[in-house]
Amino acid sequence: MGLQEFWFIAIAVLFIGYFVLEGFDFGVGMLFPVLGRTDTRRRVLLNTIGPVWDGNEVWLITAGGALFAAFPEWYATLFSGFYLPLLLILVALILRICAIEWRGKIDDPTWRARADLGIMIGSWVPAVLWGVAFANIVRGVGIDENKKVTSSFFELLNPYALLGGATTAIVFALHGAVFLALKTSGEVREDAVKVAARLSIPAVVVAGAFALWTQLAHGKGWTWILVAVAAAALVGVVALTAKAREGWAFALTTVAVIAAVALLFGSLYPYLMPSTTDDAYSLTIYNASSSPYTLKVMTWAAAFMTPVVIIYQGWTYWVFRQRISTAHIPPSIGLPLKSR
Amino acid sequence: MDALDVSRWQFGITTVYHFILVPLTIGLAPLIAVMQTMWVVTKKDHWYRLTKFFGKLFLINFALGVATGIVQEFQFGMNWSEYSRFVGDVFGAPLALEGLVAFFLESTFIGLWIFGWGRLPKLVHLATIWLVAIGVNASAFFIIAANSFMQHPVGAVYNPEKGRAELTSIWTLLTNNTALAAFPHVVAGAFLTAGTFVAGIGGWWMVRNMRKAKETTDTAVAAERESAARTMFRPVTIFALWVMVASGVALAITGDIQGKLMFEQQPMKMASAESLCHTETGAGFSILTVGTHNNCDNITHLITVPGLTSFLAKNDFNATVEGVTEIQARMEAQYGPGNYKPNLFVTYWTFRAMIGWAAGSALLAVVGLWMTRGGRVPDKKWFGWLSILMIPTPFLGNSAGWVFTEMGRQPWVVAPNPTGVDQIRLMVNQGVSDHPTALVWTSLIVFTVLYAALGVVWFWLIRRYAIEGPLPHDAHPPGEGPPEPDDSGTPKQLSFAY
Repeated sequence: MGLQEFWFIAIAVLFIGYFVLEGFDFGVGMLFPVLGRTDTRRRVLLNTIGPVWDGNEVWLITAGGALFAAFPEWYATLFSGFYLPLLLILVALILRICAIEWRGKIDDPTWRARADLGIMIGSWVPAVLWGVAFANIVRGVGIDENKKVTSSFFELLNPYALLGGATTAIVFALHGAVFLALKTSGEVREDAVKVAARLSIPAVVVAGAFALWTQLAHGKGWTWILVAVAAAALVGVVALTAKAREGWAFALTTVAVIAAVALLFGSLYPYLMPSTTDDAYSLTIYNASSSPYTLKVMTWAAAFMTPVVIIYQGWTYWVFRQRISTAHIPPSIGLPLKSR
Repeated sequence: MDALDVSRWQFGITTVYHFILVPLTIGLAPLIAVMQTMWVVTKKDHWYRLTKFFGKLFLINFALGVATGIVQEFQFGMNWSEYSRFVGDVFGAPLALEGLVAFFLESTFIGLWIFGWGRLPKLVHLATIWLVAIGVNASAFFIIAANSFMQHPVGAVYNPEKGRAELTSIWTLLTNNTALAAFPHVVAGAFLTAGTFVAGIGGWWMVRNMRKAKETTDTAVAAERESAARTMFRPVTIFALWVMVASGVALAITGDIQGKLMFEQQPMKMASAESLCHTETGAGFSILTVGTHNNCDNITHLITVPGLTSFLAKNDFNATVEGVTEIQARMEAQYGPGNYKPNLFVTYWTFRAMIGWAAGSALLAVVGLWMTRGGRVPDKKWFGWLSILMIPTPFLGNSAGWVFTEMGRQPWVVAPNPTGVDQIRLMVNQGVSDHPTALVWTSLIVFTVLYAALGVVWFWLIRRYAIEGPLPHDAHPPGEGPPEPDDSGTPKQLSFAY
C-alpha cells in the first residue's frame, strides 16, 4: 500500500471517528425537544456528553488539518467549492459550543431556552449538511480546469444528496437515542428506549435506500459487504431496541455509522472529488496529494499520536461511564440574570 | 471592494477576534494550574476558591476561543484556496500536528478537569489542568510555526512541475528562527494578558473587601472580609504581578530578538514600522509623526530618538538601515514591477500601539507591587479602579502586535526569504479564492454579526462572574477522594453538571 492510499484510509478513519463520536452528540442535541421536556431532563441529556463532546469535535478539526496536509488540492477545492454549506455548518457549531458551555452559567428560564435553541440548531444543521456534503462528494460535482467547483449551492441540493442528509440526520438521531438509553437511568432511559424503537424502522428504510442508491450508482463489488453490514446492523438495532438491550444496540449503531462512512469512502476511491464536467478535471488521491516526504512525516506523527489519543479518550469515557438520571443533577449554580 | 479586499477583511476580523480570547486561555491555564497546585500542596481552602473562581472565568473564555478557532481551520480552504494549493504541502503539516498533538489533549483533559472534581483522585485531577496548560501552549507553537513559514519560508523547495512549495524538512520548519523568536514572544504576551487579568481582578477585590470591612459595623463580617483580602486576594495578586514583571521582561527581550530578525528577513516590514523612507546611517526611532503616510515622503517626524532604529536593527547606533524607497526599488528589480510596500500608516501606528499598551500592565505591576509591599493590603478606591482599567491594555497590545506583523507582511501572503528559495513567494492577490464578491460579503457579514453578538455575551458573562466574586458554594472542596458512587439507594449528585 502506498502512502497516498494510506492517507485516504487515514482521512476516512478520522471522519469515521468524527461521525461515530459526534453522531451521538448531534443526536442528543436533536432529541432535546422530544426527550427534554423539563429543564432537569434537558440537563440529563446534556451531561451525558458533557465531559466528552469537545474532544469528539476535535476529530473534525484534525480531519480538516489532515486533509490540508495530505491532500491540499482536495482541501482547497472542497472547502472553496462547498462554501455556503460549510458556512452554515460553522455557524451551527459556533452556536452549539457557546450554548453548551454557557447554558448553566445563568439561572434564568429565557437564558436557558435560548441556549437550548442554540444546541438544537447546532445539532440539526450539521447532522443534515454533513450528509448532503458527503453525498455530493461521492456523486461528483462540476469541476472546471482550474479545479474550481462550478455547481451552485442549489445544485448541491439534488435528490441523492438530500437523501444523504436525511440519512445522516435520522441515523445520528437514532445513534443519540441509543446512546442516551445507555447513559441514563430512570424515566429518561425509558423514554430514550421508546424513541430509539420508534426511530429504528424509519432509519432502516431511509439509510437502506441511501446505501442502495450509493452502491448501485457509485459502488464497487466489494462495497456490497459494507451495505450488508450497515443494513444488518440497523436491522439488529430494531430488534435490540425492542428488547431494551441498549449496550448491544449502541455497538450496532456504531457499526452502522462505520460501515456507512466506509461505504462512502470506498465508493469514492481512488477519487477524492470526481468531476461531472470532465473526468480529466477530477481530483484523485494521485493528483491531489502532498509530496512523499510530507506524507511520510505525517504517517509517523499519526502512527505515534493516534493510539495515545484513543487511549486517553477511551479512559475519559471509562471515568464517566456512570449512568445519569434526574436524581444525579445538582441544583443550578448559575448566577441570577441580575446582580444582587 | 473586490473579493480580495473582503477576504482580507474577513480573515483579519475573524483572526483578531480569535486572538482576543486565545492569549487569555494560553496564559490563564498555567496560572490556574499553579493555583490548584498551591491548594493541593498547602491544603489551604482559599487556593481552592481562587482555582474555582478563575476557573469559571477561564471556561467562559475557553468556549468562545474554541468556537472562533474552528472557523480558522477551514477558512484557508474557503477563501484562500490558491494559497492552500501553493503551500498545503508545507503548511498543512503543522496544522495537522496541532490537531493531533495539542487540540485532542486540551479538549479531552478540559472535560476531565471540569467534570472530574471529586471524581478523580486529587493528583490525577491536578494533572488534567496541567495537561490542558501544556496543550494550549503546544497548539500555539504549531500554529506559530505555520505562520512563521509565511513570514520566512524555510525547509521547503519549489516544485516547478506542480507549481507549489514542497516540504523538505519538518525539523527545519519547526525550528525556523522566526518561529523560535515569535513563539516565546506570543507566550510572554499571553502570560502578561493573563497576569494582568488576574492581578486586575484580584486587586479590585482586595480593595473592595478592605473597604467593605471598614464600612460594616458587624465585626464578624468585617473580619471575614479583611481575611479574604489579606489571605486570598493579596497572595494571588502579588503572584500575578510577578508573572507580569517576568513576562514583561521576556516580552522586551524576545521582541528585540524578533525585531533584529525582521530587519534581516523582512526589511520592508521594519522600515515601514519606523516609517524610514530613505536609507540612513544612524537612523533614529520616530515616536511621533504627522502625515497621511499614503506617500512616504509627506510624513513629518516630530519626535525622534537619534540612532535608536539602527541600534534596534543591528545593535549599533551608527549602522546603516535600508529605507522603504530603496527596498521598493530593490524588490522591483528582483520580482518585477509592483508595489511592495505595506500600509505605512497601519504598520507605523500598530507597532507603537503594541509597545505603548504594555505601559498599562507596567503601570499596574509597579503600583501594585508598591501598594502591597511589606504585608500592606491596599484599600484605596483609585487602586481598585486602576486594577480594573488596566485589564484591557494587554489585549489591545496583542491585537496591535498581530495586526503589525500580518499587515507588515503585505502584499505577500508568503514573503520571500532573502536567503532561501526564491520561487517560494506568493502575493495575496494570487492566494485568494476565485469567488463572487457577494459570496465573501455574505460570510464576512455572518461572522461579524455572530461574533459581535457572542462577544457581547462573553463580556457580559465575564463581568458578571468577576463582580460576583468567589461563590459561597465553592467555599470548601467537595468530599476528598473519588469513592465511586454506587447507584443503590439515593444517587450521589454530580459534583458538576452543565
